[in-house]
Amino acid sequence: MSHYTAPELSPAAFKQGFWRLLPISLFVAVFGAAYGLAAVQAGLPGHEIVLMSALVFAGTAQFAALEMWGAEVPVLALLATTFAINARMLLMGATLYPWMALLPPGRRYGCLVVLSDANWAMNLNDLQSGRNTLGALVGGGFALWLTWLAGTLLGMVFGSAIADPQALGVDMVMGCFMLSMVLAGRRTSRTVLAWVVGGAAAYAAWIWLPENSHVIVGGLAGGLVGALWLEDKA
Amino acid sequence: MIAIEGGGALLLIALMALVTLLTRFGGVLLMSFVPMSRRVEGFINAMAGSVLVAVLVPVAVKADGAGQLALLMTAVLMLLFRRPMPAIAAGILVAALVRAV
Repeated sequence: MSHYTAPELSPAAFKQGFWRLLPISLFVAVFGAAYGLAAVQAGLPGHEIVLMSALVFAGTAQFAALEMWGAEVPVLALLATTFAINARMLLMGATLYPWMALLPPGRRYGCLVVLSDANWAMNLNDLQSGRNTLGALVGGGFALWLTWLAGTLLGMVFGSAIADPQALGVDMVMGCFMLSMVLAGRRTSRTVLAWVVGGAAAYAAWIWLPENSHVIVGGLAGGLVGALWLEDKA
Repeated sequence: MIAIEGGGALLLIALMALVTLLTRFGGVLLMSFVPMSRRVEGFINAMAGSVLVAVLVPVAVKADGAGQLALLMTAVLMLLFRRPMPAIAAGILVAALVRAV
């Protein structure tokens, strides 16, 4: 696998990644605000709401946790749900492996602390198109973390004063972002077939299999296309 | 069951954070036990795009007409110009305008 080289992470790359992800992060803040408000309504004290956003930093899992929060919380169910929702990050991390493997372990896992959907998607596109840096992952991850936390605080303080995200189209931001990342990548008949197979498998899983399994099923099904239909040797 | 009284909530948050961190580290960690080959490489490269598509499928199916129009707008502009930010912005604008009228 000699065609991979260790990606760099200079302060300049970090900064650039931060600014590239900032626009999308501002929309993420709207969801942070929705979480902050929902958590207040679920009766969580302020410091716990902030700690959860700061340490867990995974929106869907945090919303799911609120559903289970009460005087007594079922631990195993909470952790199983957290794992199921976030298991997609296992696949995302795996796709970064060829580059990450070339970094010393401390740096490798340090960078992954802020792994999230949007910064992963952008950084993977960078790496695949020969932009050999982790700026989007780490700098962008920091931007997402910061705005997620800021959004949470805003939601706790101002709550219902925040405009309805749907009216502004904000609910579609992440979808449009992910779609643009799919189409920004390299398109070959092989990758397109992987999308189609992965998308069909994800749809079937979404309809028939347990909740939150669709990303794993779709990702693995699309991956199989790549394992069976090998790229021509460069 | 863990009672949230007396530090229980903080313990739960710490456990959630730990499980989430394991999913952030786990993909790279597990791959370090898999010998790299062209087939494995083909698998993870094809998986990357499929994960994105798989995330999108329920979003697109559940979206209202305005939301689906936003995705369509983004897709068309990406195919034409390959510039993510304008494509996303145009998509959101479409959704907001359709919902406003």
